[in-house]
Amino acid sequence: MLCERCKKNPATVHITKIVNNNKTELHLCEDCAGEREDFNLFSPFSVNDLLTSFLDPISPTKSSPSIPVLRCDKCGMDYQQFKKIGRFGCSNCYRVFKDEIYPIIKRVQGGATRHTGKRPHAENAKMRTNREIEELKRQLENAIKIEAFEEAARLRDRIRELESKQRREG
Amino acid sequence: MSWINEKGPISDVVLSSRVRLARNLADTPFPTLMDNATRDTVVHRVRRSVLGQDSAIQDYYQFLTIEDLSPNDRQILVEKHLASPDLMERAQGAAILINQREICSIMVNEEDHIRLQCIFPGYQLNAALNYINRVDDVIEGQLPYAFDQDLGYLTSCPTNIGTGMRASVMMHLPALASTGQMKLILQTLAKIGIAVRGLYGEGSEAVGDIFQISNQITLGASEEEIITNLDVVAKQIVEKERQTRQALLQKDRIKFEDNILRAYGIMTHARILNLEEFMNLLSKVRLGVEMGIIANVDIQRINELMIMGQPAHLKKYSARDANIKNLDIIRARVTSQKLKHN
Repeated sequence: MLCERCKKNPATVHITKIVNNNKTELHLCEDCAGEREDFNLFSPFSVNDLLTSFLDPISPTKSSPSIPVLRCDKCGMDYQQFKKIGRFGCSNCYRVFKDEIYPIIKRVQGGATRHTGKRPHAENAKMRTNREIEELKRQLENAIKIEAFEEAARLRDRIRELESKQRREG
Repeated sequence: MSWINEKGPISDVVLSSRVRLARNLADTPFPTLMDNATRDTVVHRVRRSVLGQDSAIQDYYQFLTIEDLSPNDRQILVEKHLASPDLMERAQGAAILINQREICSIMVNEEDHIRLQCIFPGYQLNAALNYINRVDDVIEGQLPYAFDQDLGYLTSCPTNIGTGMRASVMMHLPALASTGQMKLILQTLAKIGIAVRGLYGEGSEAVGDIFQISNQITLGASEEEIITNLDVVAKQIVEKERQTRQALLQKDRIKFEDNILRAYGIMTHARILNLEEFMNLLSKVRLGVEMGIIANVDIQRINELMIMGQPAHLKKYSARDANIKNLDIIRARVTSQKLKHN
């Protein structure tokens, strides 16, 4: 097959575009493909462009007016606004839009949804406390089972102490 | 003293290694939705955490508010890679802290509240990570960061969450580029989550055969793992570039040297040099220096010249000489002085 554009070189690049269910095909040689703006290997594009294209699938989205607009209660950003600019308004947005954003995070982050790297020291302490409380609760259940009530009372007090400390530190 | 005028490891291919961390303050809207008063508060808090009496940072940092800088001085920071073009676009309520050696800079109210970065000369990703971690720890000791147990450091754009880290290596790859191997490398790197950009970062084109490779993915792997992955790829590219250079040299030594020395001849004698020609010629001269074909110039001088030849630097330089308004003429003069002077 010859290139559709210059009709000289063999077509080695085949582009299939599907926009709103309309399929268009293009068969070009490497030179002509390089000249096309939408098929430039080194066309400068930003990660953000990539992200917003993930957020806006090519197939028409189902928009139902009966579903209330999801809006962040802290900064007031709604999901449509986020889709448009690809940036969140505040850290609380991650909680509010959790269900919508997780599949997208998974896609842009190569399948990952869990941080395994550095943590602030305060977060480390928080995590340690969480683990300690869980462990104490397990011990408390055991103590109740074997009717060691004195031990159970001691464990209960320790759990209360840790939980109130956690609340104080937010 | 910075990546521009210090010599680092693997400096025959690698110009610099950079690590940047994105951080935000808890309970403060991200810069996109901030009002002016909040912007000022964030600047004040970050400034105090770095420069205040309680700060453990011993280094001397210069504090600059972007609005107080002239457009040309802003561009100079971008040309030195100390600030991003994005920071300059968000000039209102934005600031930057730069350490004396110009190795580390802290941008305030760019896309995130805090963007810390450090650049080391040559190939030193681990050293850059260690350095920036220490600065991060000091700020973290005084300011509460937005952090989620699952998602890690929360950032304005979800492409940065988790570690908030972008590590990048700036490389000079003239042999791979001239033999048409870059296209395949770019395609392969994209598949394994590594981004390739030009000299001036996101959205910039690869001029002068300079490419920046960086991690695309910030979540799921630790900082050290991300750097190890990048390290494996970078070292392979370095080897491939070195091999291709040797192959080209052995194929036709005279032609190879002729190409480099002609470029050197033009650079030392031209009276007019536009930016594009300058960057193209500089790539050839750099290759000559990297391979010992041009022996009387060191690599630091090539880096200095590359930065001095950028528009904002030339404008600043030419302000001293009011008679010459044409930057291309000044660029040619600076170039020949820099290359001839021993």
